[in-house]
Amino acid sequence: MDALALQHYLLLSAGLFAVGLVGVLAKRNVVVILMSIELMLNGVNVALVAFSRYSPVDELAGHIFAIFIITVAAAEVAIGLAILLTIFARRNTVDAAEINLLK
Amino acid sequence: MPTQIDAASLGIDFAHLAPEIILTLVAIAVVLVDLVARDKSVLAWLSALGVAMAGGAAVWLWTSDASGASYSGIVITDLFGTMFKLIVLGGTLLAILFSPAYVERRLARFHGEYYGLLLLATVGMMLLVSMGELISIVLALEIQTFALVALIALLKDEKSTESALKFLLLSAVATAVMLYGMAILFGLTGTTFIADMPAIVAERVADGGVANNLALILAGVLIIVGFGFKISSVPFQMWVPPVYEGAPTPIVGYLSVASKAAGFAVLLRLFIVVFEQAGLDALDWPLLIGGLAVASMTIGNVVAIIQTNIKRLLAYSTIAQAGYILIGVAVLGNGEANVYELATSGVIFYLAAYTFSNLAAFGALIALSPPNGNDSIEELTGGFSRSPFAAVVLTVALISLVGLPPTGLFVGKIYLFYGAVQGDLWWLALAGALNSFVSAYYYLRPVRRLWQSSDSDVATSEAARSLSLRASMAVSLIGVITLGIVPFWLISRATEAAASFTP
Repeated sequence: MDALALQHYLLLSAGLFAVGLVGVLAKRNVVVILMSIELMLNGVNVALVAFSRYSPVDELAGHIFAIFIITVAAAEVAIGLAILLTIFARRNTVDAAEINLLK
Repeated sequence: MPTQIDAASLGIDFAHLAPEIILTLVAIAVVLVDLVARDKSVLAWLSALGVAMAGGAAVWLWTSDASGASYSGIVITDLFGTMFKLIVLGGTLLAILFSPAYVERRLARFHGEYYGLLLLATVGMMLLVSMGELISIVLALEIQTFALVALIALLKDEKSTESALKFLLLSAVATAVMLYGMAILFGLTGTTFIADMPAIVAERVADGGVANNLALILAGVLIIVGFGFKISSVPFQMWVPPVYEGAPTPIVGYLSVASKAAGFAVLLRLFIVVFEQAGLDALDWPLLIGGLAVASMTIGNVVAIIQTNIKRLLAYSTIAQAGYILIGVAVLGNGEANVYELATSGVIFYLAAYTFSNLAAFGALIALSPPNGNDSIEELTGGFSRSPFAAVVLTVALISLVGLPPTGLFVGKIYLFYGAVQGDLWWLALAGALNSFVSAYYYLRPVRRLWQSSDSDVATSEAARSLSLRASMAVSLIGVITLGIVPFWLISRATEAAASFTP
């Protein structure tokens, strides 16, 4: 019997996800927003891996899913930072509140 | 004892991915040809050829009776997916034909990147509509999103980069929320294959009681958030107006139809199979989706009335149109097998007609806008005297978007509303009809401008004389009118497609 059960991992996962979501909504620096999105995705990863580990048949799909999410998240940040660099070169700011030409 | 693993036992069959493989190779070829070609217009024709070949391959794949699942059930080949692939490819082809003059003028340094990314986004959408497994769906979704983000940012001016950043951030948040829903779904069912889910879900709900039921509802709602973003429905529509204003015009046209069609395809596939077949009663599906539909229609139409920028007007219009299509999705939760078919085929027909109508509008807009204009509705004044053909196309397109005869979306709306009435959701049909009346006001305002005579002497834009642009406008115009007058062929195909995958 494990001391840690599935629900502990799910709590951790929900916590990570919630912290990330609050970060996205509350922060103004776009780099920090990107980091917060990473937190949300990692919350998802924890849930997936935990579900996989505790499933009756030890289903591997959750682990694979998590690896793909990590890869996709890396690509996402690469594109996000590339666009942010272009914006920074023109406006000298990474503040989300100041990037508001378009409503 | 190690099991012998070979391609056949895993169901690996490259023929089932032929359209996507062809398009990927053409996308790579486009980028390579860009390095050596002096005359960049060859890239547009190469891309158009690639899209046509992919369309041919999709039709061949279907007619060669290769239907069914391959790659252990990851790739599903059915008429439903084929119809959506053809809608996406049709939208892509028209968008490519719009582009040469625009790309020459605004994106002269990025010919190869432009067409290459456009084709890769299309590959993502085509994969999206044929995937039957969650991991693959997420990957396909991200392929198209990343290609689209780069396309939106390609102008590299302040508006374009800003709208790309907004699109990327909101899309990433929506995807994260959707993934959380998928993780819960995976936790409940222990599988990522959609086809395996209904049986397990039904079992879990039967013996697990309230907790599993709640978890399933949570998963469903979270996944709707992700796809609500893709189809630009309220309350996930914040990205639409900035992106429409900032992105290159042909890309906006492309985004508005292709991405929406792909989003609806997955929504239908996932939800009909997983949530409907499982006989989930706790979630009032028609009320939830119907509520989203009414909110999208109403907010889209009401806010569109006060717009002065034609691209923003079309942005709110696309939000409203997503609402009409959601009527069809809402009906799915409310009825017998024949209503299922009616609603699904209604969605397919509407999306096809919408593709023609919206792309006709964007094509005409490219032709009518002055070279250095600001996209305000006033700029369209005197459009008829400047470019009679484009003015007629825009007029017909906007009439179709209102839903007046004899156009494709008139039939499409009747089809969807009839489905709603059949599914006992007459309030949705009523809301849709009322909203169509409201929308007539703002859709017809630019039309009035077009036919007024202009005081100022605005030069005809270079784009209006582009042969490929005129050709694609003509094709869209013919599509809109044909679907309005003789819709029967497409209706029977759409019904077959609906039957091919509804249980």
